[in-house]
Amino acid sequence: MDLVTPGIGLIFWTTIIFSILLFLLKKFAWKPINNAVKNREESIKAALSAADKAKDEMLLLQADNEKIIKEARNERDLMMKEAKELKEAIISEAKEKAEMEGKKLIEQARKSIQNEKSSAINEIKEQVAQLSVEIAEKILREELDNDQQQKALMNKLLDDIKLN
Amino acid sequence: MLKGNKNRKLIIVSLISATLTLFPYFGSAQNYNETSGQDEHVNDSHSAGNHTSDFEDSHVEKEFNAGEFILDHVKDSHEWHLWTKADGSHVSVPLPIILLSKEQGLVAFFSSKLAHGHHYNGFFIEEGKIYEETTNHESIAPLDFSITKNVAGMMIASLLILILFIRMGSIYRKKTHTVPSGLNGFLEPMILFIRDDIAIPNIGEDKYEKFMPYLLTVFFFILMNNLMGLVPAVIPFGANVTGNIAVTLVLSTITFIITQLNGTKTYWKHIVATPGVPFWLAPVMIPVEIIGLFSKPFALMIRLFANITAGHIIILSLVSLIFIFKSFAIAPVSIAFVLFMDCIEILVAFLQAYVFTLLSALFIGLAAKEHHH
Repeated sequence: MDLVTPGIGLIFWTTIIFSILLFLLKKFAWKPINNAVKNREESIKAALSAADKAKDEMLLLQADNEKIIKEARNERDLMMKEAKELKEAIISEAKEKAEMEGKKLIEQARKSIQNEKSSAINEIKEQVAQLSVEIAEKILREELDNDQQQKALMNKLLDDIKLN
Repeated sequence: MLKGNKNRKLIIVSLISATLTLFPYFGSAQNYNETSGQDEHVNDSHSAGNHTSDFEDSHVEKEFNAGEFILDHVKDSHEWHLWTKADGSHVSVPLPIILLSKEQGLVAFFSSKLAHGHHYNGFFIEEGKIYEETTNHESIAPLDFSITKNVAGMMIASLLILILFIRMGSIYRKKTHTVPSGLNGFLEPMILFIRDDIAIPNIGEDKYEKFMPYLLTVFFFILMNNLMGLVPAVIPFGANVTGNIAVTLVLSTITFIITQLNGTKTYWKHIVATPGVPFWLAPVMIPVEIIGLFSKPFALMIRLFANITAGHIIILSLVSLIFIFKSFAIAPVSIAFVLFMDCIEILVAFLQAYVFTLLSALFIGLAAKEHHH
């Protein structure tokens, strides 16, 4: 029976000790501990959400980057293409020009050659004519030394004319 | 190599703990033999019997009384018994005795003055209770506010809790973003457990903070006293504090008071006029509700007291086996069982602290929560 009969002394002391314990712990232990734990949890939560945000931003940034890179690549491709075209145009133009120039030169050369040739021919013709005139003069002088010969020549010339 | 060392260490530790477990009981059992023998002597001399019968009687009386031995260890005491010497004299730490007597007023002295049945200023101890012999030669029990073994044990446990948690609190106050290390790494999860698994689910997110100090204090108070009560032998340990009905009565009463003080309107309405119950049932329902009001803390009180006391009784019974069989051959069996029981009791120490806190939170929650129908 003794075992299940609460003693007044122990009730009294338990109440006092427990109350003091509760008061002291509440003030000096539970308050700072709970506050610290709460703060820590909040900071962890904040850090986590910040990390999430940063991640999202990173993703966004990455997507942006990719877009920019893609654009840059496209631009580069375009520029390359343009440059190529330009190059080709320039080359073809140059070619054409060169061709034309060449042709012109050739033409010129040909013309000058022609001129030279014709002038040479003319000169030769002149000289030939002079020579032949001289020759003819000489021959004529020789041939026309006597009458007979003159006559014969005349006849011949007449024959030629007749033939004509 | 390392493993071998570890094993050896384990064996040494278990041997030490086994001897520590049995050591005080050896002493006590011997003490019992001696004192009961002495009692017999006294009785015999009073009845003026002859010496041979005296011897025989004392021999019979030397029979080990397990029931008394166990109850003596489970109950509170006015002195802190350490061990008994071979010659039968006790070595115990005297504790202050404080009495409120009708004739002498407030009296305080050390328990050593009442040891071995001595009388002091008319006070004497009989079967663990202090009585006062009045001028009319009547024996009456004065109000006993002594610092008994349980009170002293409770004080030491409370002091330990204070040191532990105020130290922890000061660390947490200085650095809010500290990572718990060492002992705090063990204590913090328990605090968080009480918050996240006991307080918040039962009381609710909005109101739990108000009750956290009480729940935490009651949890660690019970846990510390449970664990310290499990360790036998030397002075700060072995007091069966939570296995004393006065202590559990106070704790459950505090829970009861907190519960009633924080009862909402709906809570009281449920007790006085439960909605949905026809009014003519009120004469039945109101008493039932009122009984329910008191049965909750009553169950709380009995549960803790009975569980802890039962554990102590089982362990002491197992130790008693050695003295009942009067054989060392039984000792290994007893030791094995006691070690097994000690492990279970450690579990029970945590479990009962948890259950008490959980149920306190549940009762508070039932009263403080806003009910929605």
